[in-house]
Amino acid sequence: MVVTVTVPVIEAEDLKKQFGEFVAVDSVSFTVEEGEVFGFLGPNGAGKTTTMKMIQCVSPKTGGKLEVFGMGVSTHQCEIKKLLGVVPQENNLDPDFTVYDNLMVYSRYFDIHRARAERVIEELLDFVQLREKKDTLIEQLSGGMKRRLILARALINTPRLLILDEPTIGLDPQARHLIWDKLKSLQSQGITIVLTTHYLEEAARLCDRLVIMDYGKIIVEGKPDELIKEYAETQSATLEDVFLKLTGKKLRE
Amino acid sequence: MTHFAFPRLSNRVWKVWHRNKDVFMKTYKVNFLPPLLEPILYLFALGFGVGSFIDVIEGMSYPQFIAPALISISIMNSAFFECTYGSYVRMYYQKTFDAIIATPLSIEEVITGELLWGATRSLIYATIVLMVIAAFGLIELPSGLLIIPFSFIAGFLFATIGMCFTAISPNINALSYPTFLFITPMFLFSGTFFPLSLLPEPIQYFALAVLPLTHVVSIVRALTLANFSVVLLVSFAWIVLVSLVLFVLSVNLMKRRLMV
Ligand SMILES: Nc1ncnc2c1ncn2[C@@H]1O[C@H](COP(=O)(O)OP(=O)(O)O)[C@@H](O)[C@H]1O
Ligand SMILES: [Mg+2]
Repeated sequence: MVVTVTVPVIEAEDLKKQFGEFVAVDSVSFTVEEGEVFGFLGPNGAGKTTTMKMIQCVSPKTGGKLEVFGMGVSTHQCEIKKLLGVVPQENNLDPDFTVYDNLMVYSRYFDIHRARAERVIEELLDFVQLREKKDTLIEQLSGGMKRRLILARALINTPRLLILDEPTIGLDPQARHLIWDKLKSLQSQGITIVLTTHYLEEAARLCDRLVIMDYGKIIVEGKPDELIKEYAETQSATLEDVFLKLTGKKLRE
Repeated sequence: MTHFAFPRLSNRVWKVWHRNKDVFMKTYKVNFLPPLLEPILYLFALGFGVGSFIDVIEGMSYPQFIAPALISISIMNSAFFECTYGSYVRMYYQKTFDAIIATPLSIEEVITGELLWGATRSLIYATIVLMVIAAFGLIELPSGLLIIPFSFIAGFLFATIGMCFTAISPNINALSYPTFLFITPMFLFSGTFFPLSLLPEPIQYFALAVLPLTHVVSIVRALTLANFSVVLLVSFAWIVLVSLVLFVLSVNLMKRRLMV
């Protein structure tokens, strides 16, 4: 029998992030395996974005261990970032360029050859249904289109790990469903996906496994239906009930 | 983190340069207008207007005297404003730097690319001003052509100065302080429109010590007149040395601001 030892895609152990005295991420440990969709759920300020930024190597960790594809985030930023696709919480498309040029300029940062980039961009424009908007400037796109373009941009380097920070924030149901369809199709292609959300339905639909974070800590981890079974008090409980039960009803902002 | 750690760079810095160049070229017609018109306005108002009251100044006509100053000022302004207001908008409002550092580029490389682009803008603008001034016959050729490569080096210096201020400005309005307290006085008191030697001696030394434009003007003036002296090597060394120090400092200040 052939035993292949696979390294987890992400391995965090006692991972910690402080801003001055304030502890934003408080000794969290989790492992993300190849090919799964892993969710971070939590109210605003729970520390989800901060955790994503440490994985992306754009925010240095304060303590603990964090490896992506077996490489340390403090020592192998460039190597790790080559393998990542990132949909940030805040839109940061380049307003100086059209839809097409946003993708083309971004492909250069990954040293992708022009001919290959042209091919990939054509495919991606179809994938996110933005072909008609190819020559449109960013400011003329709707919120949903911007999110789809950011998703396309995140896929330009055919990443092995896709990080999505609140991918459907502020979108109407149609736009949200369109993004979910795209993510499902990526999932079936076997790409590893890590996403954060505070939409419970989103997590329940997409995630193979998830953690619920609050005040910088992971409070539970499990499969969506297992969590519902374990923490629900009624038959018809949803992930939302579990979430409110665990994080309380106090307003965070 | 130290302020003087030398940044680790790769040739990916040019990707950032390339991005900025692409944006610049989209509106090149508008971008080329100011360097074309401004020197003409200054030459007529100051050079030929005010200059009609001046016979000779340090052995030359007044338009000849201010021509190199106009080139030097365009070197200063194009890099300084690109790496203050331009970079600030990209950093803070457009989140361009955030988008780029999610790719294999590091923040050090992004900032270096911005500085190289700032220097390139100086080169482009100085070249245009140079052509206008040459059309008025105010420049010795071919020695004057050395101004073109020099404008990149001097532009890099002003780019690093601008980037240091960008890194420490709490908001975009705060960039008015270096503009009015540093750039405007430098514009007037660097041997630009009257010789430095008219100023009291302590102020002359002050200008030479801390106003980069004085060194740039001396070198550009020597190149337009094909009149060289050894003192210029000191000015050149001053520019290179200060650029290097401020380059390292600006990259580290930006890193401290953005990598939190
Ligand atoms: N750069 C920063 N400086 C200081 N505090 C920060 C910074 N970034 C985030 N925080 C704080 O860290 C906590 C977690 O933020 P974040 O990770 O954005 O939460 P989430 O994404 O779960 O809403 C919040 O209280 C936030 O105010
Ligand atoms: Mg967040």
